Amino acid sequence: MNDATSSPKPPGKRWSLPGAGLLKGMAVTGRNLVGSFFTKERMTTVQYPEQRAPISPNFRNFPFLVHDGDDPDAGLRCVACSICEKECPPQCIYIVLERDAEGKSLKRPKIFDIDVSVCMNCGICAEVCPFDAIYMDGEYELSTGDRFEGLLFHKERLAKSADYHMRLRPKEATQVMERRKAEEEKKAAAAAAKAAKAKAVKDADANPTASANPKPEGGEA
Amino acid sequence: MISDPPIFNSSPVLEGTDEDQLLRVSLGPQHPSTHGVFRMNVELDGETVVKLKPVFGYLHRNHEKIAETTGYLGSMPYTDRLDYICPLSNNWAYALSVEKLAGIEVPERAQHMRVILAELTRLVNHTAFMGFILADMGAWGSALMYAFREREKILDLFEDLTGARMMANFMRFGGCRNDFPDGWDARLRTLIDHYPHFLDEMEEFLLGNEILLARTRDVGALPKESLINGGVTGPMLRAAGVNHDLRKADPYGIYDRFSFRIPLGEVGDCYDRIMIRFLEMRESLGILKQAAAALPGGDFVNPKIKIRNFKPPVGESYARVEGPKGELGFYLVSDGGPNPYRYRVRPPSFINLTLLEDMCLGLDLADVVIILGSIDIVLGEVDR
Repeated sequence: MNDATSSPKPPGKRWSLPGAGLLKGMAVTGRNLVGSFFTKERMTTVQYPEQRAPISPNFRNFPFLVHDGDDPDAGLRCVACSICEKECPPQCIYIVLERDAEGKSLKRPKIFDIDVSVCMNCGICAEVCPFDAIYMDGEYELSTGDRFEGLLFHKERLAKSADYHMRLRPKEATQVMERRKAEEEKKAAAAAAKAAKAKAVKDADANPTASANPKPEGGEA
Repeated sequence: MISDPPIFNSSPVLEGTDEDQLLRVSLGPQHPSTHGVFRMNVELDGETVVKLKPVFGYLHRNHEKIAETTGYLGSMPYTDRLDYICPLSNNWAYALSVEKLAGIEVPERAQHMRVILAELTRLVNHTAFMGFILADMGAWGSALMYAFREREKILDLFEDLTGARMMANFMRFGGCRNDFPDGWDARLRTLIDHYPHFLDEMEEFLLGNEILLARTRDVGALPKESLINGGVTGPMLRAAGVNHDLRKADPYGIYDRFSFRIPLGEVGDCYDRIMIRFLEMRESLGILKQAAAALPGGDFVNPKIKIRNFKPPVGESYARVEGPKGELGFYLVSDGGPNPYRYRVRPPSFINLTLLEDMCLGLDLADVVIILGSIDIVLGEVDR
């Protein structure tokens, strides 16, 4: 244990010329002052409302819901499964499932609210969502005078298009798109296969003699 | 034989003072920018501190109880908010404890990523400390801004990687949340190459400064025995010459593969504490260089781990890391359910703070602020 601890020691008392250390420090300050006019290394601030620093594509702020197509309500990917509601650490998500007249689930949210005054931007909702429906937004200018209703985001405000997601985080969105496309194709292929099978059965039903005795003359030959 | 440290003696005031002549001063609770909302009730005999009682709890957020009602993953973002200067070390300590509890293996790449992030966090913390301690000494402005300028470069890296400058929520049980983005490694190497220039400049700026020497030399030193008995860890303890660093004493992660030294002080005064942090930053840069060079490919998280419905087996675990401020540990008791039955944090800031009165007795009021600064506390961790 502790074999490699050959302890660099702090320098001992080095009282040199009185004031020399101070002057040396001030030289550093002067170098920074003058340097800030010439090098970007030493002048790192920007004048915010007029200039803006670029935002990292990974930057996350508050969640948003993704919808495909143009209709924000019908195209919502969310199926109101409530996984994010359950996993959200500060419990700022509120979801009510939409049901039809018979009480059957329509697999979409009737209410989807996020209280962004409670949200702590952790991103766990986006991480646990199995339907690629919720992602973290990069929008940051959200101040409002109304601290109750203004900070409670409803479904309408949360819904943003898949194109927005693509602009925000191209890499992530492309991956999601490709995965969804592959899944849809698989689903479509499965459906087509099912339909073909059903059609074959239907044809067989409609033409029983043909299917029961396919090519009776062929048997003779 | 180690005698009882002064913390356990209940001496009300320093001997030889006239209690009627004492002046009671309430320092703080101050603006939560440098050391948070922390209050000290000080009794003064002239300029001399004869009694000091810390008052804290202004930032109490019920962290441990919340963690007991939230799932294991749900506590991860809360650990960011303990010591909000260095969230990634906190993440690691918590992840380590859960991994110990559930017996989860961490892939090689994730281990290297964790070391890189923890050492970057150490740089962030010590750099910010340089600014804060100078601000405590009255050098408000230049020093703090230089320090924060450099810190911001590391925080930019964190933002690109984790999505947030400070509230990273990045470690997961069995690895990390996502892989390094494209070009991140190259930026890390550039940073490692450039950081020593900043350290050189900062040392030139500060360490010969006569005012700094006069204010910090022989201020706030305590004997080793008191520090050990008080449970003090981290740079505070090493500044007094006690060779105790968990990266060597109880290696976790893959620290046993890297070669680095443990800087030790001699006196344990505030000047040594500042120096120790400078030297530790240079050692951290060495570790970063080795870890970045050795970074293997592969998984960044154990693929067998599921995010939802995580239930570790019944048992208990305690895992600790050498955080930038000292030993940070998480104690977990699991009853097999989705929430921990008991969740306890061993916060280095809080335990290092317990010896504050002993360090300050007999010194001037102006020294109290520097001593508080040299302990390097974050109130998010003290009050939890």
